[in-house]
Amino acid sequence: MQALTNRVKQVDRSKMSVWERMYLPAVFKGMAITLKHFFKKKATINYPEQVRPFSPVFRGVQILNRDEEGRENCTACGLCALACPAEAITMECAERKPGEEHLYREEKYAAKYEINMLRCIFCGLCEDACPKDAVYLTETFAPSNFHRKGFIYGKEDMLIPDPKTDPEGFARAKGSRITQPQGHGNER
Amino acid sequence: MFQGQVFLNVDWALFTEKLILIVVVVSVSLVVAMYSTYAERKVAAFMQDRRGPNRAGPFGILQPLADGLKLFFKEEIVPTFSSRFLFILGPILAMLTAIMVSAVIPWGDNMHILGRNVSLQIADINIGILYIFGVVSLGVYGIMIGGWASNNKFSLLGAMRAASQIISYELALGIALIALLMLTGTLSLKEMVGQQKDGTWYIFKQPLGFLIFLICAFAETNRTPFDLPEAENELMGGYHAEYSSMKLGFYLFSEYVNMFLSGAVMTTLYFGGYDIPFVNDANLIHTIGTNWVAIIEGAVLFIKISFFIFLFMWVRWTVPRFRYDQLMNLGWKILLPLSLLNMLVTGALILLKQNHWHF
Repeated sequence: MQALTNRVKQVDRSKMSVWERMYLPAVFKGMAITLKHFFKKKATINYPEQVRPFSPVFRGVQILNRDEEGRENCTACGLCALACPAEAITMECAERKPGEEHLYREEKYAAKYEINMLRCIFCGLCEDACPKDAVYLTETFAPSNFHRKGFIYGKEDMLIPDPKTDPEGFARAKGSRITQPQGHGNER
Repeated sequence: MFQGQVFLNVDWALFTEKLILIVVVVSVSLVVAMYSTYAERKVAAFMQDRRGPNRAGPFGILQPLADGLKLFFKEEIVPTFSSRFLFILGPILAMLTAIMVSAVIPWGDNMHILGRNVSLQIADINIGILYIFGVVSLGVYGIMIGGWASNNKFSLLGAMRAASQIISYELALGIALIALLMLTGTLSLKEMVGQQKDGTWYIFKQPLGFLIFLICAFAETNRTPFDLPEAENELMGGYHAEYSSMKLGFYLFSEYVNMFLSGAVMTTLYFGGYDIPFVNDANLIHTIGTNWVAIIEGAVLFIKISFFIFLFMWVRWTVPRFRYDQLMNLGWKILLPLSLLNMLVTGALILLKQNHWHF
């Protein structure tokens, strides 16, 4: 039978020689190997201080986008909730009142927008479904909390900083397809 | 009543001097044991390409303190069906016998303090090595009693394994040592070190004997590859399966104290003890004085022991555990005949030398 790989090693079942039966040479060989590993570069990193670079298509915790004038993109159309296979997203919509034009981009907005991070599987289908460029998955991951309730992220947890008060934070947090590489099924 | 002070004629200077020495030696042993746990985790991590504990303090050096604190605060559980007295006696005995060995090890040469000749050995008894053997043999009682008192099959199995293993390997250990004693002609550890200071280290005269001694020391201290008594994946910890809190801590700790002191014994017997290699001691004493030399000697002994502790860990993270029949085979069929052969050859050579190599 032909082997699948060239790494197959035939097990040697012949009787051990005196040298092999002495056992100690093999022990010393093993100790040389472990000593070599002792000085090797470590495979792990100091996690909270250092983080590994992520792939550009990494899918972490969601954010809610604002536009350049600081208005919320989301119109509470519900397509993300519909797309969500884990049914993690709930929302309530509200009508924009006169005088709130600087807060919401269109005349309908999400009064409540919640994602249950315990249910979310970070598949990114909400990001794909969103027609208003509002939901994005970020590189933040492993949210932790002391209570189950804390894992239900609301708008205040996910909305990115306002460009008028915190332009730097806005630039850093803004989700956009333009910065992500093309050809990963991301383009509309 | 007692005719004045005849019965209470205590040399108070000697008493304080020994008391201070005992406190220092015991606390050093304990601190070394404490940091051995840290070193063990670091060595294990490094050999497995990991980083090891590095959260508590810089490089994690406060880790052993945190571990000790944790053990103190753990709930103390005495199983209902255990024999309470023996259950508590077990870890005490284990720790006691582990520390008692330190009494006869010479930690350095004499010092001159306040016009007194202070020996850096708690008790220079003329049967030092015999004393060590006696105490080490007692060590099995700590494990045996603990395993028995737990009233648990796994604990008992672990204890039985420990007992038979330690007894088996003590034979080869003793006979390997007899060959050495034929060379030294003394049982006093201090005199042995003195001989090695003047001549060569005994490792060069007794290489096979040392190898047997080393392997047996691994078995006596229950270290991998001979850690069958604890065998966490077969016996769930073996003899200390039922223990918790600081009683468990004592068992784990006594293993590290044992490691430290068996390293000290091996150094003393085969690696010149506190002898500073490549240095003429008489010249050194002349230049920097007796006290400094004694301190340097203590440090040198410490370095040698550290190497042995590292060796213990190095082997632990390299060699997998023996099967029980393999363990017994090695002890009775290989090490015992080898040590007998070693004794025979040594004896023959000594006789030949005494007869000025005439056949």
